[in-house]
Amino acid sequence: MAVKRYGVLSLILLLLVAWQAVTSFFRVPEFVFPRPLSVARALLEMLSNGELYRNSIASLFRVTWGFYLAVATAIPFGLFLGRQHQLRAILNPLIQFLRPISPLAWIPMALMWFGIGDKPAIFLIFLSSFFPLIVFTTSSVLNIRTTYLRVAENFGFKGLRLYMRVILPAALPDIITALRITLGTAWLVIVAAEMIAVKSGLGYLIIDARNSLRMDMVVAGMVVIGAIGLVLDNIIRLLERMPSVEWSRVRR
Amino acid sequence: MSKIEVTGLRKSYVERRRRKRFLSQCKQYEDCQVLDGITFSIPAGTFACFVGPSGCGKSTMFRIVSGFERPSSGTVLIDGQEVTGPGSKHVCVFQEDGLFPWFTAAQNIAMGLSKSSSSDVAKKVEDYLELVGLSGFGGHYPHELSGGMRRRAEVARALITNPEILFMDEPFGALDFVTRLQMREEMVNVHQMFDMTILFITHDIDEALQLGDRIIMLSDRPSRVAWDIRLDDPHPRDLSTGHLSRLRKEIYYRMGLHVAL
Ligand SMILES: Nc1ncnc2c1ncn2[C@@H]1O[C@H](COP(=O)(O)OP(=O)(O)OP(=O)(O)O)[C@@H](O)[C@H]1O
Ligand SMILES: [Mg+2]
Repeated sequence: MAVKRYGVLSLILLLLVAWQAVTSFFRVPEFVFPRPLSVARALLEMLSNGELYRNSIASLFRVTWGFYLAVATAIPFGLFLGRQHQLRAILNPLIQFLRPISPLAWIPMALMWFGIGDKPAIFLIFLSSFFPLIVFTTSSVLNIRTTYLRVAENFGFKGLRLYMRVILPAALPDIITALRITLGTAWLVIVAAEMIAVKSGLGYLIIDARNSLRMDMVVAGMVVIGAIGLVLDNIIRLLERMPSVEWSRVRR
Repeated sequence: MSKIEVTGLRKSYVERRRRKRFLSQCKQYEDCQVLDGITFSIPAGTFACFVGPSGCGKSTMFRIVSGFERPSSGTVLIDGQEVTGPGSKHVCVFQEDGLFPWFTAAQNIAMGLSKSSSSDVAKKVEDYLELVGLSGFGGHYPHELSGGMRRRAEVARALITNPEILFMDEPFGALDFVTRLQMREEMVNVHQMFDMTILFITHDIDEALQLGDRIIMLSDRPSRVAWDIRLDDPHPRDLSTGHLSRLRKEIYYRMGLHVAL
């Protein structure tokens, strides 16, 4: 554990030093590739004037709502769909048709329907998570071992009890993986959406900084996006530590 | 009256071989017959062992008799009633691990009980854990138990439902020799303690000879009943001498193993 932590820290340090060295040595102009020190300065500046905090909260607010709405609808629906073979055969083409349409392509429609503000952004995040989550959840239900389903049938599990005590727990490890992937995508999409559709958030911060030619602030924004993405992923990974999910990582 | 009455059970799986041709898909079907008219009848309270070569259709027959699959033809009667689906009267211990890995051993065992007050459940689960020698392991998840312990927990989960019929498909096949001997002994005790009919698949002839009141030998695929043996020797049984050892030789011989083992 300690080795891993020191390893990661030294790698980061090494990269920072190399970055500073290379940009100074070749005299790369600040507006092409700002140095780590100026990025750090920009970070501090945006931290102290509260801009970073405000915009991060704005982005997180949208992602949280959009993502939770998708989780709350797509997972139950996906679980259900995994068990309904005929309904799945009917709906699958539609889902597979809508899924590859980038959420960003929905921006004009979203603005039209929801006006300006958080709502269209939340809608886009919802879209970006909803279809993948349905597909992942359905396929994780289809991957449940037949033996477990037979045992459940043998013990008379039916209806809600079957879903809560067998289907959901059996699919949960795969669903958690899907949540990690989907939240990552949602975080990707929010930045892009904010560059186009709204006047706040980390995506807006980056576009705004670029318009005033502050590359140091652009890179600082990127650093913050990466850091928050890392934190979000680790929050979901906490779910993997639940004792009733551990089995999936113990391959026997 | 017999508890289980199986008549003329046949089962074939359709094997599909696709061959792509220009603008058309030619499907060539080929039947793979697994069961070819299995017939037997088992009185209540019998410990019936099924032996037969690997892949002959023992598990297939079990899934049909316990109601998970439909036969191509033939009937299965339990208590004179045709089996249409898995019921609460009979419980299966499958060939593969069947404990729910997301529940602890105790939760798995409690699953077999219908709703009653929680203190009753806890007490009863504790009793059954003790019966299979797992007291103190109730809080462990299946992946925290050894293979033998998992099998025992699964047996406990089946027993707690107090089934009329217990189906077991090579339950101890994956265990080491000594553990298997211990489990054998436990099964004898269980059968004497509980009043139930047991259908027990095994590929271990000695296991069948030790446990069974009946040994039903299936032939190679497509399988039929090759030999139906009744045994009433008291337990524990000594297989090294007497008619049991002769019987063992005879079974090996009929399975095509001509070497005296
Ligand atoms: N769903 C299926 N589709 C097609 N063929 C099947 C199916 N299930 C089983 N079979 C075939 O039926 C035959 C018998 O399988 P089964 O699992 O019943 O054997 P078994 O006697 O239990 O063998 P073992 O002792 O190895 O467990 C096998 O040849 C297998 O290929
Ligand atoms: Mg089998």
